[in-house]
Amino acid sequence: EAGPGSLSRCLAYLTSFPSPSVWQDQAEQLFKSGHTNNWAVLVCTSRFWFNYRHVANTLSVYRSVKRLGIPDSHIVLMLADDMACNPRNPKPATVFSHKNMELNVYGDDVEVDYRSYEVTVENFLRVLTGRVPPSAPRSKRLLSDDRSNVLIYMTGHGGNGFLKFQDSEEITNVELADAFEQMWQKRRYHEMLFIIDTCQGASMYERFYSPNVMALASSQVGEDSLSHQPDLAIGVHLMDRYTFYVLEFLEEIHPASQANMNDLFQVCPKSLCVSTPGHRTDLFQRNPQNVLITDFFGSVRKVELTTETVSLKPDLSSMGYRYLYLTLFLNNWVASGE
Amino acid sequence: MAMAAPLVLHLLLALLLGLGGQSRAEPERDSLREELVLTPLPSGDVSATFQFRTRWDSELQREGVSHYRLFPKVLGQLISKYSVQELHLSLTQGFWRTRFWGQPFLQAPAGAELWVWFQNSVADVDKSWKELSNILSGIFCASLNFIDSTNTVTPTASFKPLGLANGTNHHFLRYAVLPREVVCTENLTPWKKLLPCSSKAGLSVLLKAERLFHTSYHSQAVHIRPVCRDAHCVSVSWELRQTLTVVFDAYTTGQGKKDWSLFRMFSRTITEACPLASQSYVYVDISRNGQENESLEVSPPPTSTYQAVILGDRKTYAVYDLLNLATFSGSRSLNLQLKWRQLQDIGYIHYQPAQDRLRPHLLEMLIQLPANSVTKVSIQFERALLKWTEYTPDPNHGFYVSPSVLSALVPNLVGAKPANWEESPLFSTMFPTSDSSSYFVRLYTEPLLVNLPTPDFSMPYNVICLTCTVVAVCYGSFYNLLTRTFHLEEPKRSRLVRWLANIIRRIRGVPPV
Repeated sequence: EAGPGSLSRCLAYLTSFPSPSVWQDQAEQLFKSGHTNNWAVLVCTSRFWFNYRHVANTLSVYRSVKRLGIPDSHIVLMLADDMACNPRNPKPATVFSHKNMELNVYGDDVEVDYRSYEVTVENFLRVLTGRVPPSAPRSKRLLSDDRSNVLIYMTGHGGNGFLKFQDSEEITNVELADAFEQMWQKRRYHEMLFIIDTCQGASMYERFYSPNVMALASSQVGEDSLSHQPDLAIGVHLMDRYTFYVLEFLEEIHPASQANMNDLFQVCPKSLCVSTPGHRTDLFQRNPQNVLITDFFGSVRKVELTTETVSLKPDLSSMGYRYLYLTLFLNNWVASGE
Repeated sequence: MAMAAPLVLHLLLALLLGLGGQSRAEPERDSLREELVLTPLPSGDVSATFQFRTRWDSELQREGVSHYRLFPKVLGQLISKYSVQELHLSLTQGFWRTRFWGQPFLQAPAGAELWVWFQNSVADVDKSWKELSNILSGIFCASLNFIDSTNTVTPTASFKPLGLANGTNHHFLRYAVLPREVVCTENLTPWKKLLPCSSKAGLSVLLKAERLFHTSYHSQAVHIRPVCRDAHCVSVSWELRQTLTVVFDAYTTGQGKKDWSLFRMFSRTITEACPLASQSYVYVDISRNGQENESLEVSPPPTSTYQAVILGDRKTYAVYDLLNLATFSGSRSLNLQLKWRQLQDIGYIHYQPAQDRLRPHLLEMLIQLPANSVTKVSIQFERALLKWTEYTPDPNHGFYVSPSVLSALVPNLVGAKPANWEESPLFSTMFPTSDSSSYFVRLYTEPLLVNLPTPDFSMPYNVICLTCTVVAVCYGSFYNLLTRTFHLEEPKRSRLVRWLANIIRRIRGVPPV
């Protein structure tokens, strides 16, 4: 794992080369943004067919983060019920976000890590804090480290200070804040973005006290988050308004986009959303203006392109081999988050 | 940073070996066979069974295996880590209706089923079973981690090993079923990724989730077992079979027609065989060609046919060899089509549905009855509830359904002369006969007397009585209490009687009247 000792070792190796300053500049450039890998935890907490829209919300965010580069191995997707293959779905294996059925957010390449009865408050907190049973497979773990940017998205039915899980239990904002503090103490994130789309969603981030957490919610305390539009063929509301407009916004983002968090804060004004979306940035160290959307939704890797040719000699002590060793060393370090 | 060092060493070794000059060409130790069987079912639906079989000639336990080619690494590591001898996992949605569809090749229970034979070297079978089901739940995105001692059994007789086995101590067998488990795209995706050609080439391009889950029955399975490498059975190979069976409904996906094509079923056609496969076939069951006055035509014409006794019946299959370029002659894609043609006309059908209070149902059919058979004709209809004034005075008697009429021309067993109308007896000239080979007969069925639910006609009378009583008692009493005033009235008596009564009262000491 990356640490200060190995950094100095790397720099020491670098200085043994003929032109150290060029290499030093490039090495510093690599670590400017602070994070080296991205994780996403996407949770839909609602069961039953009439809560189709919550599954569609979660799958829309899943689709966006996958499109922007976060691989399935870095996404923990929790869906509390199965809508796509539900016997009441007139179009099996599809979940639509828009009533014209243009966009099948379920897709052909989806991997759900926690499904149906496995989506419980206990499992969610275990995923966040890393206290999963030893037999849990890798796809069910959040293997983030202190250089990871973590995106957490939750949707479902909520109230003032709680979020309902599967109509049978709740998680309170105090529990959530404590879980985040545990994550901070155990160095399980570098920066975190928390988005919640439920009624009275702002109450869920009121109690956060860990540093480097930015939060967005779809409605203030005392307000309901409303659903967007029903589809008469499927018979239920397809998406919630806030996530619908967030998805529209994210569809415009590409991996090299320079859009920042202030754009995300403006995504759903009251005229479109009916509720007032809120956000909280006081715990976050950087200015939201400087935080790129792709810092959390994308998985940007630093790639060093070189036009110099390398001659490989079988002699281990030759200069050329050490050059190759260092290039591989650096590239591996950059990709070490996986 | 510990990760960097072994990676670099690995690269070092690879570089040294690569630059060493000679490369050992290893014999291919694994092979892939893929096949698709299309079976038109008696009910008009069609079932498609995919099988992908990877055989790996390697002893997974003894050798430290690090190079995987066709056999998926994730399953290979499972087998060696948990000392699995046989593994059978299936995920199914729906139920195989044997009455309508005939016998399946391989049926699976609805939900998830997992049964595993462990090897004799395993010390704690239950612990391995628990860990194995957890790992499988991560691989296949299914909730197999819910398998524990409350839903696991150790069958002693029904689940013998399907591959080679040294002994059958059932202590090493575990079986569990999760009926609540749902199958959807998230289970199909990792299943497809285990295939050598993934979903890019060969038969697996047909595996599109939107079509595969719009079916009456969907079952996907993974079977791993050891098999003999050849007829002498000197050495053992590992066999991995991935099977997928779906039944396309004639009415939801076929719009009621019995004609099928690959494009109609899968919204795709086959363009090539999987380049990694040593055999790639499509079989179409044409055994029902010529039966029941229907003929089945398959286009394009098959390269060969195959006959065998399958599940107790002699069956004929049209075979398409995808590795043979002649199969794709002309077009670059193969779109198999099955067409049914009637050999004989079913005849004339006339049906007029009923309209309430206007006209009844009328169904007329001209049928040719096959010999030595029983033909049943049935029609379902409903009697609408009548308005209460339309009932007869005795509705509990029931309602009559008129008898059906059967008019038939029955062939004569004995030749008969056409009769002279005026000179023959009356009983032989009831119906006109056009020729002497058959005679006309008209038969009737029994009328039906059907008991239908009738309303309780005494209810209005009961209701009126009860209501009036209640109204009279309650309202009447209140009315009286509110509108009547009460006065105390003294009774008028004669003066003599009053005088006598006062004397008696004075004697008693009671106040006078």
